[in-house]
Formats: sequence, C-alpha cells, structure tokens
Amino acid sequence: MQASDRFNINSQLEHLQAKYVGTGHADLNRFEWAVNIHRDSYASFVGHYPMLAYFAIAENESIGRERYNFMQKMLLPCGLPPEREDD
Amino acid sequence: MYLYNLTLQRPTGVVCAVNGSFIGGSKSQEIVVSRGKSIDLLRPDESGKMQTIHSVDVFGAVRSLVQFRLTGSHKDYLVVGSDSGRIVILEFNKEKSAFDKVHQETFGKSGCRRIVPGQYLAVDPKGRAVMIAACEKQKLVYVLNRDTTARLTISSPLEAHKSHTIVYSVIGVDCGFDNPVFAAIELDYSEADQDSTGQAAEDAQKHLTFYELDLGLNHVSRKWSEPIDNGANLLVQVPGGGDGPGGVLVCAENFVIYKNQGHPDVRALIPRRADLPAERGVLIVSTATHRQKSMFFFLLQTEYGDVFKAVLVHKDDQVTELKIKYFDTIPVTSAMCVMKTGFLFAASEFGNHALYQFQAIGDSEDVEASSAMLNESDEVFVPVFFKPRGLKNLVRIDQVESLMPVMDLKVSNLFEEETPQIYTLCGRGPRSTMRILRPGLAVSEMAVSQLPGVPSAVWTVKKNVNDVFDVYIVVSFANATLVLSIGETVEEVNDSGFLDTTPSLAVSLLGDDSLMQVHPNGIRHIREDRRINEWRTPGKKTIIKVGSNRLQVVIALSGGELIYFEMDMTGQLMEVEKHEMPGDVACLDIAPVPEGRQRSRFLAVGSYDNTIRILSLDPDDCMQILSVQSVSSPPESLLLLEVQASVGGEDGADHPASVFLNAGLQNGVLFRTVVDMVTGQLSDSRSRFLGLRAPKLFPAIMRGRRAMLCLSSRPWLGYIHQGHFLLTPLSYETLEYAASFSSDQCAEGVVAVAGDALRIFTIERLGETFNETVVPLRYTPRKFVLQPKRKLMVVIESDQGVFTAEERENAKKECFEEAGMGENGNSNGDRMEMENGGGDEDEKDDSLSDEQYGYPKVGSDKWVSCIRVLDPRSGSTTCLLELQGNEAAFSLCTVNFHDKEYGTLLAVGTAQGLQFSPKRSFEACYIHIYRFVEEGRSLELLHKTQVDGVPLSLCQFQGRLLAGIGPVLRLYDLGKKRLLRKCENKLFPNSIVSIHTYRDRIYVGDMQESFHYCKYRRDENQLYIFADDSVPRWLTASHHIDFDTMAGADKFGNVYFVRLPQDVSDEIEEDPTGGKIKWEQGRLNGAPNKVEEIVQFHVGDAVTCLQKASLIPGGGECLIYGTVMGSLGSLLAFTSREDVDFFSHLEMHMRQEHPPLCGRDHMAYRSAYFPVKDVIDGDLCEQFPTLPPDLQRKIADELDRTPGEILKKLEDARNKII
Repeated sequence: MQASDRFNINSQLEHLQAKYVGTGHADLNRFEWAVNIHRDSYASFVGHYPMLAYFAIAENESIGRERYNFMQKMLLPCGLPPEREDD
Repeated sequence: MYLYNLTLQRPTGVVCAVNGSFIGGSKSQEIVVSRGKSIDLLRPDESGKMQTIHSVDVFGAVRSLVQFRLTGSHKDYLVVGSDSGRIVILEFNKEKSAFDKVHQETFGKSGCRRIVPGQYLAVDPKGRAVMIAACEKQKLVYVLNRDTTARLTISSPLEAHKSHTIVYSVIGVDCGFDNPVFAAIELDYSEADQDSTGQAAEDAQKHLTFYELDLGLNHVSRKWSEPIDNGANLLVQVPGGGDGPGGVLVCAENFVIYKNQGHPDVRALIPRRADLPAERGVLIVSTATHRQKSMFFFLLQTEYGDVFKAVLVHKDDQVTELKIKYFDTIPVTSAMCVMKTGFLFAASEFGNHALYQFQAIGDSEDVEASSAMLNESDEVFVPVFFKPRGLKNLVRIDQVESLMPVMDLKVSNLFEEETPQIYTLCGRGPRSTMRILRPGLAVSEMAVSQLPGVPSAVWTVKKNVNDVFDVYIVVSFANATLVLSIGETVEEVNDSGFLDTTPSLAVSLLGDDSLMQVHPNGIRHIREDRRINEWRTPGKKTIIKVGSNRLQVVIALSGGELIYFEMDMTGQLMEVEKHEMPGDVACLDIAPVPEGRQRSRFLAVGSYDNTIRILSLDPDDCMQILSVQSVSSPPESLLLLEVQASVGGEDGADHPASVFLNAGLQNGVLFRTVVDMVTGQLSDSRSRFLGLRAPKLFPAIMRGRRAMLCLSSRPWLGYIHQGHFLLTPLSYETLEYAASFSSDQCAEGVVAVAGDALRIFTIERLGETFNETVVPLRYTPRKFVLQPKRKLMVVIESDQGVFTAEERENAKKECFEEAGMGENGNSNGDRMEMENGGGDEDEKDDSLSDEQYGYPKVGSDKWVSCIRVLDPRSGSTTCLLELQGNEAAFSLCTVNFHDKEYGTLLAVGTAQGLQFSPKRSFEACYIHIYRFVEEGRSLELLHKTQVDGVPLSLCQFQGRLLAGIGPVLRLYDLGKKRLLRKCENKLFPNSIVSIHTYRDRIYVGDMQESFHYCKYRRDENQLYIFADDSVPRWLTASHHIDFDTMAGADKFGNVYFVRLPQDVSDEIEEDPTGGKIKWEQGRLNGAPNKVEEIVQFHVGDAVTCLQKASLIPGGGECLIYGTVMGSLGSLLAFTSREDVDFFSHLEMHMRQEHPPLCGRDHMAYRSAYFPVKDVIDGDLCEQFPTLPPDLQRKIADELDRTPGEILKKLEDARNKII
C-alpha cells in the first residue's frame, strides 16, 4: 500500500464507516438506509425523556415499558431484509 | 420580534434519581434528581418534608446520574451522563451551596445519538472506575483516582466497544477490591440484518457480558459472556466482596435471574396481578437496593406499580434461593431511593412524587415466588398470582408536587381575583388532576378567631430577650387595646401592665426584659418587676408615629417634631435629642440593633412632601440628615431590612451584610434602595407595583432570616432564597396589619388582622412560584374549554386499554365479596388473611384506590372516556357523561350556530375503537352536539353525526362548525337530526390537529406539516389554502398571535413563530379572488405562498400547550407554555431595541463566561433542531447573580453598567411576566 492511499477518498470513507455507524456508501440499498434511520430514531426517542413520556401517554403504557419496546424494535426495525441478489 | 424566554416553573417530573451523601460531613443523606434539563438536590427535613436545597438549570438533557465515593472518603461525587458528548463529574460545594464541576472530559459529538455514550452510567462500587455507554456499540471506561493532594483524577478513556450490538443496561459488579468489573445486557444484530429468512433474527440472543478493567495493564477486556433470557431489560448490582455473593440480578420480562460468573442461574418468577391479561408480560421498571452491614434486599417495581422485595439466600458466594415477595403497590416510578434514615423516595413517572417511611421490611407473610418453586425442566411456568392491597410496609409522609405531564392549560380570571389563574390539566389515568395555579406562596391557616371590634393593629412580644417564643399578642382597636397571652390556648389577660383603655401605636420588648407600649399620649415602659414609667407628651401634642428597636425609640409628634430616646445602662428610657421636621411625619423606622453594637445608626423618616430622609442616630452627629431620597408618592410605611452577612449555611452562598430601605408608597409601589452602611447614602433604587393599596411593611422571620411582609391589596413576602431576594405574593386575602409569630406549635408564623378577625398562618414551601388547588379527574385529560360567563369548564378525558367504569365496579364488588367469604383464588393461601387482618373499612377502601394502584389493564382496543362539566370554584363535577362502547373523545369546542335556537352548544369529536398499531384504524367516528342545560351545569345530547375520520380538532367559524377530520377540513351547519356538510377541502397532507380562525382566515395545523393558512369564500362556498410552511413540523401545540402570525410547538421540543410576509398578506387581502387563482394553478407542491419563520427556540421539552396571557394586572401579554415534563415557561416580547441589545449582549457574555454545568454548549442546545432565532434565554441570564462577584463586575464592565444595574434589569424583566 502506498503512502498516498491513506489519504484518498475511499480510505477516508472506510475510516468514517468504521468509526460512525450509519455512514452511507455508494451501494447502500433502500432497506439498509431505512434500518439505519429507524435505529437512529429509536435511540433518539430513548435518549430524550420527554419524548418517551409523550409516547407513554399516547399508548397508555409506563415509560419503562416504552423504553424497552423501543430498544427491542432496534433489532428488526423494518422487518426482514430483502433477499440478496447474487453478485 | 424578539422574545425573552423565562421558565416560570422548572420541570417537576423526574428522569432519574440517586441518593448519597453529597454535602458530606454529617451522616445525612441527600437525593439528586435529574428533571431533564435541571438538576436538583433534595433532602427530607426533620419533619419528613422534602426540601429543595439547590436547583440548577444545566441547558442540556440529563439522561443518567450515578454517584460514587472514593475509598475512605465521606462525600459522594456525582457523574452526569447527558447529551453533551462529555462525561461530567460534579461535587457539591457546601460553601457556595452549588455544584462544582470537577472534571469534564469530551468523548464524542453532542446530542442524544445512537452511538455516543451518555445513556447509561455504571460505577465500580469502590469508586475506582466509571463506565459510560451508548444505546449501541460504544462503551468507555474512565479510571478514577486520587492525586497526592487528595484531589480526584480521571484517566483518558479506555474503549470497550462492540459493533452491531444494542445495549439494554449497564451496571458495576461488586467484586470487592479485585479488578473492577462491569456487566452489560447486549444484543448482537449483525446477522439478523443480513438474513432474509428471519432465522437469524429469531435466533438472536441477548447476552450478559462482563467487562473487566485490568488496573495493572490499564486495559478493558471482555471477561465473560453468556446467553440470558431474551426479555432481559435491567441489571441490579448484588453486594459482593464479603458483604454478599456478588454478581448481578437480571430483570427480564416475567423473571428475575441471579447470575454470576461460574455460578448456576437462579431464576424466579415475578408474581402477576390476578386481573392481568395473559398476553401481557411483567417488566421491572425501577429498582432500589437497601444495604446494611448484616443484610441487603432489593425493591423491584413493575410497570403496573407493584413493588416486590427480592432476597437472595446465600452462603458465602453460593446463592441457593431467590425469593420475590409482594411488598406494596405505589404509583409507577422512574426511580426509587432507599435512604439510610428509613425513607423511600419514589419519583413518580407521572403525577406527584412521594416520600414513604418504612413501617416494616416485608417480613410478614405475603405472596411469594421463589426459585425453589420453579422447575427448570417444565416447558410452561405456572404463574404466581396476587392481588394488590393497601400499603402495609410503607406509609406516605410527604408528597412533592409534579405537574407532569401538562396536557392543556388556559389562563383566565374566572374567580375575579387580582391576578388571573392558570388552569392546567395534568397527570395520567387515575392520577389525573385539574390544577388551578396561582402565582404566589401557599399559606396554611392555623387559626382564625373573631375579635370584639375591628382591630387596627397587632403585635407579638416576648417578655425576655432570651425567650424562644412570643408571650403576648397585643391587638389595638380604635379606642382600646387587647392583650392575649400565648400558651396552650390563646386567651385574654389583664395583668400584663399594658394600658387597655387607649389605642396603641407600638408594642415591643425593650432592653432585655421590659416591655414598651406607645399610645397617642405617651410611652408606657413596663419594667420586669412591674414598675411602670410613663412619659407623657408635652401640651396637647399627640404621638402619631413610632419607630423602635430593642434599645432605641423615636417618636414623631403631630406637627413634625421628632424625639429620640435611648435606653441607658440602668434600663431607663432617656430622651436624647429632639429634631423639628418641616412637616408632619408620614412614617419612620429604625433598623434592629446590629449584633455587638449599642445602637443602630440610621433612622429613616418619610414625609408627606414625597421624600424619605436618612437621619443619623450616632451621638456625634445625632439627628443630622445624611441623605434624602425623593419618591413618586408620599411614603406610607418604611422598613429597614438588614440582610445578614452569611457564609455558606443551608441555602446561602457568601453574602456581605447590607441594609435595604424599603418604602411602601401611597400609589401602591414598593420602593427599595440600598443604604450605604457607613455614609447612609442611598443608591441602586428599584420600584415595583404591588397592588392598589399603599403597602404596609412588617418584619418577619423566615427560615431564621429576616424577611419582609408587604400588605397591599394582597400580601407579599420579600425573602432570601438560595441567595436571591424574592418578592412573592401570598395566596391569601387582604390583610390590614401583621406581625411575626412564634409559639410552641408554630415556630415561624405570622399573626395578622383583617376585618374583625385575627388570623394566624404559616407560609410553606418557600421558593415556589405557584401554589396549587387540585381537583382529581378520572381519566387522562385531553382538552378543555372554559365558559367564562358561567364560570364552568368542560373537560374531555380518555384512556386506552382500560375496563369501563361498570366493569371496574363489578370487579371491585366481586373482590369485596370474595374477601367477605374468605375465599381465595390464590395458590399461596396467605393473601386473604392479611387483607382481612388489616381490619377497618378505611384500609379496604384504600386497598382498591385506583390512584394508588392504577386501572387494571386490558387489550389496547378498549377505550374509556368521559365528558365532565366542572365547577372550578368548588371543585365539584356538575355533570359527568361516560361514553359507551369503546368511544373516546379527542376534541371539543363551544359553538354558536347561526340560528340562535339553542344558544351556545358543545361539539365533541370522538372515535370508536381507535387503534394506533399496526396502522391507525377505527370502527367509527362521530361529532356529538350537546346542549347546555341547567345554566350550563349539565349537558344534553342533541345528536351525533358520523364522520369518516378522527375529528382531532373543532372550531367555530362564522356561525358554523369547522372540523378537522383526518386530512379533511370540513364546514358543518346545524341540522335537526345531524350536522350538515357545507363545504370541504381535502388537500391537507396528514391529519388536522388544530384550527384557529380570525376574520375570514382559518389557520390549520397539520400533525406533521406545520401550519396552513386558509380562506373561506362565502360567495363561492369554497375553502382554499393560500399559504403554508416549508418546514415539516410535528405540531403538538399552536396558538394564534395576530392576523399573519401563528405560534407553534413541535414534539421535539421547539417553539416557533411563523408569519406571512406583509406584502403577501396585503396582496391576498386586496386580490378580489383572494389569491384563489394562484391556488387553482397548482403549480407548486402545496400552497402558492410560504410563511416565514420569525422565531425559533429549543425548549428541550415537548411543549403541549400554548396560551397568550398576562399574568400580572396591567402587564403586557406573553406566551405561556406547558410541557410534558410538567414545567411552565413564558415568552415575552421585548418592547425596546435597547433592551434587546442589552439582553443579547448579556446572554453572549454569560455563554462565554459561564458555560452550562453539564458541558453542553448553550447556543448549540437552544439550536438543537433548528438554529435559534430572535429569542434570548432569560434562564441563562438569570444565572448572573450566581457568578462570583469579580466575574459579575467583569461582565458588567463590558456592558458599561454596574452589576446592580444588571440585577435590576433582570428583576424588571421577570416582573413584567409574573
């Protein structure tokens, strides 16, 4: 590997992708994008307590239950992934 | 438009709480609570009332708190996990009575993000390391240590990241002085994301992972990882290292599992409520641990509010049994703290928090599930059932009020008081309330007694300077004086030595043990041995005013002559000096004798020529005029209030002593100015309008400090709270004359006269802005309307997933019957005994109180709802209509239709069988029209009209009814049997949540897409949208400001104003088609015109209601908002450019010199979603007085002002609002 490779755009991107979850790439498909957005949203709901409380009032559940539900939904936020096309 | 944001009531809900010894030194324990954007330090006082010792706004979202203590230390530090991307360690500084930032380490971006730590905090029990974790991937460990000077040090972070892993909970494992270990519940999703068959997702397994920090290698490694129940959500630390077996309790849905490395799992079921539907799980939502040297137990609370006591039976490190026993039921908490003093602080998720005292620790018989009962080989576990009962182990001793959540608020002066009341709907489910908030302090009346005449004045007096309590209450009438002695009861006495055939002007203790009565014709000095010295006025002159302290007396005779007396060594009152004033004296006052001095130096004299003079009482320059102050109106009453120098202490930081001259002027203004202690010069004057009557000023004692009572058309109290001087109205009737009162039953009270009654009261909860009157409601309140003429309100309440009132009633009856027959549906067979054992009827009632234990849950397809007509004055419900058949009310408005046949009608929008998931669906929706009968006290259904969407908003418009039905805006007219459709517009994007009208404009708020401005053309009978917003906003509240402007709030916690540009507005109004042609062209996506955002501000809390109102008489209007976390705030429009400049500069300097405590950048916080625009944060500016004096001076210099002027500006700004 040449020294200059370290600074080209691809390796910089790779670095970002490794460091920040959810950094996109050229081949990102619709599903992956949506999954990422949903996880970000759920994490934000869990992080902002007033938001959790707001949902808890709407659904008439306890705040603790809402938090748990959101965390659980982070596993498969958009249902099953689509079948992979063979490459 | 520039606005000034000021929080009126800090958030009252609690996000998380920890207890520890933060003040240090004594054995006392304090609780630190995070209220979202502020941190409070609380402590129960001797009488078991929770007191707020310190409260600070941090301008960030505090998500987690944890306390730790370095070994050998006696003081806890506080670690804060927030949205700042930083870890912050705070220490409470006793001297300053404030939190000091000890360390602040940056590790990531700011904001509540998925992979930026801050969500979870865990600390090693020995205080050697802290772990801060995010919802996903990142975990950082900081090593804590002490340097050579015993200061806390923090290392650089050690990473314990794991990609594609969701974290549910993190805790420190107690392993004594071995290497620190942290445990985490983790779930790896990497395979589930790839596998389209769903097999991997099904197989996804939560793991309990131990991370070990090797202190020698300075490295964190994954030590151990083992699969756990997939319902796991919470970890609890188990004492270890000699005190217990160590390891963790894993709380999962329906189970609690003890786990430790190299130890078999010990699993026990969580008992279920008998009435809980089978498909619902039981989740632990909050926990508390009680630790003593010899024993420990855990309190685990479920999402339904039941508290269980978990006990581990262990021998050394081997746990043989885990027992989970029903303890008590209290409202669901967000955090619980067990204190060493035997208190349990329960911070409720919604509604008031409570402080409980332990009566027992659950040792008696009760429903119990044990690990021994559970057969691991069974496929299906047999559930253990119990029924909630009344409190047995806990007894509630105090409540801390919480408005959380504020669902709706309106400001109105229904009671025709001096200031309007704020009507708020708060709480959820059975703990819902309507609260009437009045600015001011709550007063608790201790006694009211009628007197034989109309008294003019009242004093309290001690017999000896060393007495703790007052001995006499002296009441003066127009021609007599009445003396009452204070003992077990208050009764009249005649042997006091006071002259009772004359009115009195002053009564006080003189010297060490003699009494003085000043009456119009002289001074009566009653010595301790009952000798009486009388001084008589010369000639026909009478005394008109008196000022005195313990050693000095000054009287003013008619004509303007002042005579000054001083007490000599022998206890004789000697005339010292005379002085002729130019005219009659209006009022005078002498400050109390300062500690260690012989006399007070200043005499303040107010004259009818609108001046106040300060005269010297020093022997060298006796009765020399030191300074003169002219005021706007003749002074009525004067009070020299000395603020004692204080260093540290309960609530005060360092304050140099200072003397304030307070004057109540005849035009109702209170005038305050600082008196220079040496020269007597007056400076830094402030005035404030208190009421329609001239304020009379009286000294009082509050929390051991001098305070001031001001009696105008309503009473006010001026006192020092947490280092600030506050002037707050009391919620009490008009008083004539007052004196401080101290007796056995009441240490710091006030005795006052008003009308022909003598009143004794105390003032509670100093420092609070509002006092509350509470009216309980049945279900979660949604909205309400006021009927100002009839002084009534109509509230709609609805709850999802609850049995109807009848079903609940039946269930209750069954329960009672069952109890009566002594039957028992429970396998354990011990429950009934204790329920009957409680005995009396009260307890039984309590046992089934919905407020305490919540409504039983059913499936989410069930709804209950009611419409209530409430008389706020008496708090009584005059009409309650329970909706039937799964119908729930969502909107209401009053409407006057064209034909005045019925007068004002009530329209209520309802939905039947509404479901939110998987997709919003309903069986049917209706608009009910009710007629008011019995003068508005009752409702009668006229008819109901089925509609094709959920009517989330209703509004009257030109004698018709506008309804937002899903995405359709429709205009209805009243028919005989139903509403008649007149006109509609279907072009709204999602769902209409608010409608406001003004003239022919209609301002429609969409659930996701902000405001749409519409017009109705009567000639063509058409509704069309002529302008909308370009920003998607998830509206939660809206308010109409003016013809072109709307205020809105979104659910992310922003408040914003949009305005239609002036030229566009003019064009629309001038255009004969009203912009319709442009609309019909439909070239753009959406409306042809766009509104502009003119104000933007991040409140940091979901705003649920907005209301324009003026909270003070004669004050300008401001926008009041209420939030989910139970706070109230206001936005006041600046009226001068000068003020805008001043406050924006002050805010800028405050941002630089005093960055927020938890490390979040203030500007970034207020711009969290959209850049802040034209709003100055008064909450930050109001932190100016908490800065050290040199910093205050520095900022003041930059602003070309003095610190005093800045304080005055801040006070003025606040006084404009409240």
